[in-house]
Amino acid sequence: MAITPAAYDEMNGLAGQIAASPAYAEIQRWLAATPQEELARKRGEAEHLFRRIGITFAVYGEGGDPERLIPFDIIPRIMAQSEWQRLATGLTQRVRALNAFLADVYGKQEIIRAGKIPKALVLENEALRPVMAGFTPPGGIYTHISGIDLVRTGPDKFYVLEDNCRTPSGVSYMLENREAMLRLFPRLCHRHRIAPVSRYPEELLTTLKEAAPPNCPGDPNVVLLTPGPFNSAYYEHCFLADEMGIEVVEGGDLVVQDKRVFMRTTAGPKRVDVIYRRIDDEFLDPEVFREDSLVGVPGLMGAYLAGNVALANAPGGGIADDKAIYPYVPDMVRFYLNEEPLIANVPTYLCERDDDRKYVLEHLDELVVKLCKGSGGYGMLVGPHATAAERADFAARIKARPADYIAQPTLALSTCPTLVEKGVAPRHVDLRPFVLSGKEVRIVPGGLTRVALRDGSLVVNSSQGGGTKDTWVLEGEGPFELPPEQPAKAASQSQSQSQMREQR
Amino acid sequence: MLSRTADCLFWLARYMERAGNIARGLEVASRMASVAGDEAGEAEVWRSLLVAAGCDEGFFEKQDRATQDTVVHWLVFDQENPSAIVSCVAAARSNARSVRTALTVAMWSSLNDTWNELRAMSVAQIEGEKLPGFLEWVRERVLLFNGAAHDTMLRDEAWRFVHLGTMLERADCTARLLDVRHEILAPETDGAVAHAQWQALLRSVSAGRAYQWVYRDRLQPRKIAELLILRPELPRSLMACHSEVAKTLDAIAKGQGGRTGECHRLAGEMQAKLNFGRIDNVLAGGLHAFLTGLIEHTAQLGAEIEAFYTRA
Repeated sequence: MAITPAAYDEMNGLAGQIAASPAYAEIQRWLAATPQEELARKRGEAEHLFRRIGITFAVYGEGGDPERLIPFDIIPRIMAQSEWQRLATGLTQRVRALNAFLADVYGKQEIIRAGKIPKALVLENEALRPVMAGFTPPGGIYTHISGIDLVRTGPDKFYVLEDNCRTPSGVSYMLENREAMLRLFPRLCHRHRIAPVSRYPEELLTTLKEAAPPNCPGDPNVVLLTPGPFNSAYYEHCFLADEMGIEVVEGGDLVVQDKRVFMRTTAGPKRVDVIYRRIDDEFLDPEVFREDSLVGVPGLMGAYLAGNVALANAPGGGIADDKAIYPYVPDMVRFYLNEEPLIANVPTYLCERDDDRKYVLEHLDELVVKLCKGSGGYGMLVGPHATAAERADFAARIKARPADYIAQPTLALSTCPTLVEKGVAPRHVDLRPFVLSGKEVRIVPGGLTRVALRDGSLVVNSSQGGGTKDTWVLEGEGPFELPPEQPAKAASQSQSQSQMREQR
Repeated sequence: MLSRTADCLFWLARYMERAGNIARGLEVASRMASVAGDEAGEAEVWRSLLVAAGCDEGFFEKQDRATQDTVVHWLVFDQENPSAIVSCVAAARSNARSVRTALTVAMWSSLNDTWNELRAMSVAQIEGEKLPGFLEWVRERVLLFNGAAHDTMLRDEAWRFVHLGTMLERADCTARLLDVRHEILAPETDGAVAHAQWQALLRSVSAGRAYQWVYRDRLQPRKIAELLILRPELPRSLMACHSEVAKTLDAIAKGQGGRTGECHRLAGEMQAKLNFGRIDNVLAGGLHAFLTGLIEHTAQLGAEIEAFYTRA
């Protein structure tokens, strides 16, 4: 049985090896000075806030309350500006490569001819949409909104865990978490000079408008296409549309006539130019994809391919974020951009390769095994935490369908201080920044930090007991160099009694 | 504006107004039942409330007799009854959820809070002595929602469809409340019981004091009928509601460059009928016949509005 190595903590560092982070100095003081009950009370307030605004995700068919809250941890995750800048550069590079790959796959397929990626892996992939072959979306952009999931193992060691080029969600939590923190801890926020994230909706709208077809006259009419209130991300759809001032439409609100898309309004049909679609490819158009789709729009793909409407993200983007394609992304960066990747992949074994499979089967107790098509933390084996029976079960599954599985070493994922039942304790985190691709690449600083609330758990998905945190990218390298305003009860005697108490 | 959005806003407002009106109906019925004198009279009070709410058929499929407990349960809690207060609030919220971006934060919060509190309530919390407090709470929540809409919405098409829904539902409701009690407004009615019933009727449309301010006179059935049907000053009178409906439909048409249809003609016709009507003529032709005609007319108007704006 392999032993999980000690994890790097983003606040405290790693005993004897990595020093505590100066970016967290103020948080450290704040945590030391704030009684447990006060933190718990603030957490209660946060929950009330979220429930009141109605920030829920929908879980149907499991019994219980269908509208649930994602647990929110009130202790922020902090990054210095320089740390973020390095990440942002790497993210921009990666998303440029992903877009270049998509243009190539649906175009000349040079990367396949150059032998950098196996032909069958691309052309026989279920995520490939042959209908897109030979079509170039406006500006050559396919993945306008990308969610890149990152994990960390040390101060400068970030890895891309997964790319999301279809309909990545979670950005509303990034925005609402910040709003909640500003409301709950105005002074703590002030002392940190946090780079704001609130301009995301504007950046998104700009990106979407830039995606408009060239034949669109004047200001494009942008809409958000949702599967409806029963979708788990429905809150986010409404939130983003509201922030951007655009309509949220369902399939039934749109109609295609003469390869043009219109929305039904009280004053008659109105032309639609750009659709920010939050519906999966398969459900977009029953005439082209799944016939049984009730949430799509018949004829939509015809209008799209005629260049009369834009879809963001473009259909077929899933070929770039497929788990089996993922190992080749670093090669894409080299092939298309002629650059070395700035953010590495997690080393990945492809079970369909004989050597890799042999290694995986021999080291199941050290590896994380994933189903290529799986998402949301389902269909996954965390070797070191699995029972012998679970490992045997996965070994059999891998042998039966090797092409469906990949494996990665269990990384010692970084932790962040998190408020749990017993107090403040380290919990594993990941980060999903949202990268917008239009005429230029835009990223608001930070992203959505997800935290595995269960002790020792590496799974951060909200469906598997994960929560979220606000992610603070500082304007500088650390908080203001001010004396702490709240004298700590347990802190040293040297603090002056005349310091102002934080008003409650 | 999206047709679906208009439809949801229209129904959202109708359901909220209906929830409030069911509460008003229950308040007036409780009061009337206590002065009914005998058991048969009491049962009649509850039965006519069910008729006014348009859900008597469903009720008598489940129950043999209308009593306070069974009717209150049916009109407040029973989810099988689409007009029950819980059903109305749930339907309003589900409409609101479909068009959240068309609502203001204040509207959504008032509605969401109402729904969250209501679904946490148990039958024991509203029974018996607690019923009046609960009904008052429902009325206040509807007032809060209406106030939020009135005070925070942009005066655009979204507001107009909300307002249209509220006013059409209110007109329908006032007409129904009056119709099931048309007998107590017959010219020869008098006496202590009748007086208490008149008072209850006036209160159900928040018009107890309003009567005195308008007429400064003893309660008289003729004047009560006039106040509730023809006086423009009373916000829940048929005249006031239908005048708002017509005005709002005109405003929507104007916003769309003058596009009009059958709903505009019907609304204008109703408004004219009420505007130029005289109470003596109404009573001479029979109050019941007049009100039944109006209720049918209102239902037709609702259908025409949907046909023109949201089903096209």
